[in-house]
Amino acid sequence: MLDATKSHFDRLPHAPGVGYKPQHFSDLLENAGSVEWLEIHAENYMGDGGRPLAQLRHLSERFAISVHGVGLSIGGEGRLDPDHLARLKHLVGWLNPASFSEHLAWSTHDSAFLNDLLPLPYTEATLQRVADHIDEVQEVVGRQMLLENPSSYLAFDESTLEETEFLREIARRTGCGLLLDVNNVFVSATNLETDPISYIDAFPLDLVGEIHLAGHDEDHDDHGKPLLIDSHGREVAEPVWALYEHVIAKGGARPSLIEWDTDVPDWPVLEAEASRAARILETVV
Amino acid sequence: MSNMKTNLAVAGAVAAALTASLGAPAHAQAKEKCFGVSLAGKNDCAAGPGTTCAGTSTVDYQGNAWTLVDAGTCAEIELPAMADGTERMGSLEELDRDLPTG
Amino acid sequence: MSVDQTLFREALLTPDAPRPAGLSDGVGQPAGRRFDVYRNNVAVSLTEALETAFAVIRKLVGDANFKLLAGAFLRQHPPSSPLMMFYGAEMPEFLARFEPTASLGYLPDVARLELALRKSYHAADAAPIDPTRLQAMAPDVLMASPLVVAPSLQLIRSPWPIFALWDFNMNGGPKPTAGGEDVAVLRAEMDPEPVRLPAGGGTFLSQLLQGAPLGLAFETAAAEAEGFDLSHMLTLLIGANAITDIGDTP
Repeated sequence: MLDATKSHFDRLPHAPGVGYKPQHFSDLLENAGSVEWLEIHAENYMGDGGRPLAQLRHLSERFAISVHGVGLSIGGEGRLDPDHLARLKHLVGWLNPASFSEHLAWSTHDSAFLNDLLPLPYTEATLQRVADHIDEVQEVVGRQMLLENPSSYLAFDESTLEETEFLREIARRTGCGLLLDVNNVFVSATNLETDPISYIDAFPLDLVGEIHLAGHDEDHDDHGKPLLIDSHGREVAEPVWALYEHVIAKGGARPSLIEWDTDVPDWPVLEAEASRAARILETVV
Repeated sequence: MSNMKTNLAVAGAVAAALTASLGAPAHAQAKEKCFGVSLAGKNDCAAGPGTTCAGTSTVDYQGNAWTLVDAGTCAEIELPAMADGTERMGSLEELDRDLPTG
Repeated sequence: MSVDQTLFREALLTPDAPRPAGLSDGVGQPAGRRFDVYRNNVAVSLTEALETAFAVIRKLVGDANFKLLAGAFLRQHPPSSPLMMFYGAEMPEFLARFEPTASLGYLPDVARLELALRKSYHAADAAPIDPTRLQAMAPDVLMASPLVVAPSLQLIRSPWPIFALWDFNMNGGPKPTAGGEDVAVLRAEMDPEPVRLPAGGGTFLSQLLQGAPLGLAFETAAAEAEGFDLSHMLTLLIGANAITDIGDTP
């Protein structure tokens, strides 16, 4: 393992960041433009060495880094994987990132990892389970985490709580912060026929430590109703930008990430998305 | 082989290898090493392409739908079996023979 | 009704299973193909991970066949860890058993080579030895000492021409002909390279990896392969930063 990094960023700036892709390594060092911080998926940096960690070490001297886990399965019915928790603790200890976040979702069951963010019913029982898991994560990793709202394609009949109530109560019980994915809000609201503005207005914006923006695809369900897919494969949609402006006007500036994970574009296209976020952030400074 | 002979052989080989290594180009600097392609295997939090059909296909995962039309480069390669000692050829003609007909 | 994760997982991985009851579109209709979004995400993302991980196997069997093979593999062997970089460790055994590929005897060892390349890519960094340390040692001490190799060094020994199969598919190299090949994966800096080893080279490296002293490794290789060229092997290993230290004399 490389020596610990010398990262000196103790928080994410209230500015645009992008999800880091290795093909943008030299662009970032030579022409970052409006991008001031980077987010990495924790699991891609859990090898023992080689280029991924060398790149990360190099970038961490120049950019604040957010570690975003995609595999912890915080909503899982079983106990959290102690090996995976140990790997997270190790990565966070080595990198000393400016932020650490994970998802309100599950992905592992009976020791099979399904590589997707799977949905949870919102009940008192799942709330307690998620809260217990977050307590454990924060205890082991030794810092506060942010919890991200999911994209929903369906609803559970057994749910008794609104998602915003659920997240607010999790944060109250565990002291965790929240990561507000504005595209996920729009995708879920469209898919489940709810109002995205009402969702934002019910969301505890004071607990938001980071915002996500991403593109989605359009599909339809069995009845021809729109079904949006959280694909991260294109520009942020216009109604999502409008919702983001509402969030920033209401809650103030926050670190704001452009996520683009599939069909990753050349750097200028991604940077242009970050610049658009920068212009919106400037309206409230 | 006697120890003495091995000693001499090893010493000679080390000397020759060092001579060859000293002429080798210097290794890249730390930053240069960071450039380059990344290798397979990454985690994302994106959903799949905007269609629900690929994961719901009911094609036969036992392999009866195996096709010889788009067969890949193994169609061009003929290697006699060595490992298992049988006479079968590691070629697609033989694979064809093994598949159920119809 | 309650949809537990056992039920959810079963329905995810079985495309023709009924979708779980108790899931809706949020306004009273059953979820229907909305559930298939998750089925799709799991199958597509794992298939894509296997396509990038086993690029040579994919070329050998063809794209359509590989998708079929991946569909069967991911249902028999869903990942046991969230690290997708290491997904597919069971692929060699699977290829030997899977009916359409079982007669292609070379596929499992090609898959082992592809796994070794990924393992090497993510292996720990290690500073190479200063070669003059080897020169400074008395020959009898050097002969009795093991050489410590880099964690990124991998050795695959095969009765099949696996280097030629890799080279043919990835670099347009010559068509493989019969004959076993031992391949070392060497990572001089950050990029692993498969290297075809000369006669005796596989045995020599295998001995070093087991911690044998240099003299024993050399003698074992020389006994197996007439004219085994130790100087060539050491030049290869030193040039690829693959020797990191001199171990203690046992």
